[in-house]
Parts: sequence; structure tokens; C-alpha cells
Amino acid sequence: MEAFTSLTGLVAPLDRNNIDTDAIVPKQFLKAIVRTGFGRHLFDELRFLDAGELGQDPATRQQNPRFSLNQPRYQGAQILLARENFGCGSSREHAPWAILDYGFRAIVAVSFADIFYDNCFKNGILPIALDAALIDRLFKEVEAAEGYRLSIDLAAQTITTPSRETLDFEIDASRKRSLLEGLDDIAITLADADAIRRYEQLRARQEPWLFDPACRPAIS
Amino acid sequence: MTTATQADTAGKAAKAQTLFDKLWQRHLVKEEPGGPSLLYIDRQLVHDVTSPQSFEGLRLSGRKAWRPETVLATADHNVPTTQLERRSGADGISDPLSRIQVDQLTRNCGDFGIAEFGLGDERQGIVHVIGPEQGFTLPGTSVVAGDSHTSTHGAFAALAFGVGASEAEHVLATQCLALKRLKPMLVRVCGRLPERLSAKDLILNIIGHLGTAGGTGYAIEFAGEAISELSMEGRMTLCNMAIEAGARVGLVAVDDKTIAYVKGRPLAPKGEQWKAAEAYWRTLASDEGAAFDRVVEIDAAGLRPMVTWGTTPEMVVPVDGRVPDPMHEADPVRRGNMQTALEYMGLKGGTPIGQIQLDKVFIGSCTNSRIEDLRVAAAVVKGRKRAPNIRQALVVPGSGLVKRQAEAEGLHQVFLDAGFEWREPGCSMCLGMNADRLGKGERCASTSNRNFEGRQGPGGRTHLVSPAMAAAAAIAGHFVDITQF
Repeated sequence: MEAFTSLTGLVAPLDRNNIDTDAIVPKQFLKAIVRTGFGRHLFDELRFLDAGELGQDPATRQQNPRFSLNQPRYQGAQILLARENFGCGSSREHAPWAILDYGFRAIVAVSFADIFYDNCFKNGILPIALDAALIDRLFKEVEAAEGYRLSIDLAAQTITTPSRETLDFEIDASRKRSLLEGLDDIAITLADADAIRRYEQLRARQEPWLFDPACRPAIS
Repeated sequence: MTTATQADTAGKAAKAQTLFDKLWQRHLVKEEPGGPSLLYIDRQLVHDVTSPQSFEGLRLSGRKAWRPETVLATADHNVPTTQLERRSGADGISDPLSRIQVDQLTRNCGDFGIAEFGLGDERQGIVHVIGPEQGFTLPGTSVVAGDSHTSTHGAFAALAFGVGASEAEHVLATQCLALKRLKPMLVRVCGRLPERLSAKDLILNIIGHLGTAGGTGYAIEFAGEAISELSMEGRMTLCNMAIEAGARVGLVAVDDKTIAYVKGRPLAPKGEQWKAAEAYWRTLASDEGAAFDRVVEIDAAGLRPMVTWGTTPEMVVPVDGRVPDPMHEADPVRRGNMQTALEYMGLKGGTPIGQIQLDKVFIGSCTNSRIEDLRVAAAVVKGRKRAPNIRQALVVPGSGLVKRQAEAEGLHQVFLDAGFEWREPGCSMCLGMNADRLGKGERCASTSNRNFEGRQGPGGRTHLVSPAMAAAAAIAGHFVDITQF
């Protein structure tokens, strides 16, 4: 996973509550068996007026001019500004893959759905939750000033606005470390392999049926 | 520093614990102050759509599955449901991309030593139906799947939740997951559900009350008289949709019904082990006086059949209600969301729910495709005919075994006689990854779990309802009060 340390980037607004994972990447694109290439299908049904299929070139599609990401002023945005409960719905990791592949590295919103939030950290995306009134103000500032950029410093846990105002944000210490260092979470857990094996021995005494071959699905 | 793992606290006099606390503690391998906990995962379900990248990740890093025998796989999301396409198993899938994905699952299971129920296997079905059906899901276990509706398995007092592909890979490789502790919430449902109302009406009501983000960060335990009265199928419906209120985990305590459901299942413990298991499982309930972070009380007796009108499950009203008018909403962001939803749904504020005309009906999904759901729907349909405006009424059983049972009871004939289609098991029109989907502007009464824009097909309009309501709507052509139908 690519590390996330700091970022100064153009902000694009998505002014809606409850942006669900079906909206982030619709089901017809989930037939892929790789992690890459989903950016062209990000927000597909909001972004395009025609129905899209997997792998289709966005240049051949009919863009929805009303959708914010299609406006020239937001091209190249790296920070997505959103409202409440961003990423609700399914566990599909295709949602953060699409967001990352499109070019976003951070999402600033009022709140996030749990599974989506976790999935972001597995992909080097920083989700930042801020107070609703503050988010409301950021929407107004983004709207008012073309080329509006925010600077995010993960180590300091701050966002700096174009007027040099500094906003603090919260993040769990272990998640912060993982992002800053771009750590391999599986390797971290495997370093505790002995503890896992000791735990299994304990559980096998407590609930032997969970370790009994008779309770395992047979391989045909 | 490692603190307070299961081994450390064993034997100490514990304070009153919630069911969630007990399950969390039991699965704790390691815990660091302020950091995430390392949780042990007993069971993993794998399906076609979210797993390819997990296996790809294992291959790229040269890792093996830690305990492949704890994993069960089947294709459900992407599979066709017509007899024609299913007759020759995976080879019969006409969509080449779907077929690649289904074949890939079989290849991955073979390479990593994982048991799979193939498309020709009668035990194939929706992962959240087959886990409990096989006794793969057991009380007191921790269960994950790359699917948010894994909360379903909490009906068995299992700590069950959906994960992304990276977390699924993590569990395959380590049998563990680093997770921040959830907060226990109690939803206590007093009184009894009125006649003909189901767990679906109850959970839609609860979601309407909590909102789609009301359960974020929580594990919701459902308790109270109405929950005790529910069958295991009903409890699965309830826990299934906990995630639609934002809660990754839904839970119901073990009681006689749990024990009776699990007993004799193919993968359930037998003999002496069964006795020990049952004794342990019966401790899986919240202690008297256990503290919850939030308690919500609902009175079941006053509930009405529910129908969603918008594009999130919280946008729900009783069948005798009206589509809400955004002009009465004070909050500008919420008002805007309501207007967007109504525009998408092609509805006007103030319209009586009973006047909404439908095009399609879908009875199925991990929420409502079990034998009890099909029995209820068939009882409504029996001797009646599909309304002329209903272009298609699909019944998709949750598994091959549910299908067989339904056919043994003659339910399929009831549906066929009424002009419904009787299909092969899969997720089908819940998310429309296969050919079962809504066309642009088509309006559907659906027993599934999500009414998001485009969920059942681009431009499709979904109203979430119970199996009885879906069946009645197929007959009437519009929503009706099922307590009078």
C-alpha cells in the first residue's frame, strides 16, 4: 500500500448525504477480477447519462454536465468533499479502488459508513470526518473560489485552508501509523503468529467442535 | 503491551456483560490500549464477486490460507437463475464476464484448499442462507464474508460482519482481523407483532427510527418479547438489515429456537460434543443489568406493514401512509435529499402509498428467500392471479435446499399457477448483477434490502417490503394493506 503523509490538492464537492457504494461503483463493474481500472466507472450513474459497461472508455460516454466532477474547474481533484454517511451500503472494496484510481487520495466528510471507512485505510486513502457546520462552510468556500485547494498533513492531523486557517482532525493512532508508513497489515498480524497459535489451542479446549474435522465442509 | 485477552481474564469474576461483550472477549487474541484489537475469526464465507482480489493478493505475496477448512465458498451474486442457463452448471452461464468470475472462484478454492458448493450442487445458494442451513454458522462463532449482509448470522449469537476484499484476504492469511471495538446498542422490542406483520416490517420500522447511519459504530442486539416470538428465519431477516441502519453487527441471544434450528445440521456438532456446545451456547445472552451504550425501545403492537418510498432504507412509511412532502422538512440538506429521491423514484410528496402502481415484483435475496418467506408469500398468492400491470414476478429461493423443500410442499406450483416465475437460487434481482434486473423507470416491490439508485438495475425504482406485501402487490398491482388482504 502506498503511504499517505501529506497532500495539497484541488477539492471537488459531492453535495449529498448517504452516497452509497452502489453510487460509487455500480454492480455491473464488479465482474472484474483485478483491483485496477475502476476509476473510469467512479460514480458512473451520476457522472454519465448513458448506461456504462465494464472497461468502456469514458471519452466515448455521454457526460452529465450537472454532475460536479464533470465540470472543468474540478478536473484533477485529489480531495473529495462530501456530507453524511459517505460509503454506506455494501462492503465492496471496488468503491475505494475506484476513488483511488480516479485520483482522489483523501475524502473529507461529516461521517463515513464503518466498512467503507476501514476499506479506505487498506488502500492508502485518508478519510477525514469533520463537524457538519465546518463541512457546510467548506462547501461554500469551494463553490466560491475556483481552484480551491486544501493542504492535509497527516502527521500533524491538520488541514490548512487557502486562507491559512488550520483545522484539526481525529484519527486512530494505529491507522495513522499504517497510513504514514504504508504498512502491510497482514505482515504485522503474522508477526503475532505464535500468539494466534496459542489462542487456537485455548479455543480448541473450550470449543473443540470448532476444530473437529466432522464440523468442516468437505472438499468435493 | 498486551492486555486483557481472553486467557488473562478467564476465571476472574466478571461484571455484567452484554452478549456483544462476551463474544468480543472470547475472540480476542491481542489487545493494545488505544489500538485495534486482534480478533480471531472462526468462519469465513466466500462468494464469486468480492473474492477474486483477495486470492490475487495472497498469490502476489506468496501467502497460504491459515486454516482453509474454516472457509466455505459458493457463487451467488453473479449467477443466472433461469433453468436453461443453470442446467449445465457454470458452463451454461451466457455472460462471459460472469462465467470467468465463477470459474475463477472454483480455481481459487482448488488452489487454496477451500470447500466450494459448485453451481450443480444442491447446497449452493446465497452465502447467508447456506451458512446457517449447513450448520457452518454456529452460535458463539465469529463469521466474516466479503459482503455487508454477513450481519445475518448474528441471529445465532455469532459475531458476524462484512469485510472488504483486503480484510477478507487478511482473514484468509492470518485467521484474524485487527478491529476497533464496536459499541453495544440494545433495540428492545416490546409487545407482539400484529397478525401478518413480519420481521421485515419490524426492521424497516427500526431503520426508519434509527436512520441509515444511526447504528454506525455499534453492534445492535435485538431483544424483547417480539424478538423471542420470531422464528430463526425472522431473526435472520432482522439481523441481515442491521447494516442498513449502519450497524456492521446485529445480534440475537441464544434460546430454544436457536438450539432447535442448529441441531442435526450437517456441520453442527454431534453426540457428547453437542451437549457441551449446547451448554456453552445457552450462556450467550446479555447478563441482567449489562450496560449498553445506547438503548432504543420499540413497541411492536402498534406497527403497521412498511413500504420504502425513497432511495435509502430509512425513507420508509406505513402502507396506509403517504409519500412525505419535502416542503415539510426544515433541514435544507435533508430536504434536498428528499427531492432528489422523489425525482429519481418518479413520485410526488403526498401520494398515498396504496396508489403507487408497480411493474415488477421480486421475492428473494439474503433478506427474504428462506422457506418461511416462500410459505408466507405462497399463502397470499394461492388461488389468485398476477395483476395485468405486473410484467414480471420473480420468486428466487435462497438455496437449492430451500428450493427442494418448497417444491416438496408444492409452493412452486402455487407461484407458477398465479403467473410468477420460479427460479434457481442466487442473489438475482437484489442487485441485478445477472440478467434479473429492472429497466429504466421500472418500479418494483422487492423483498430485498437496498433501494439505492440503480441497485436493481440502472434507473430502476425499488420499494422494499415484506414477502407478504410483495406477494399481495403482485396480485393487486399496487401496495395493499396486507392485514386486510
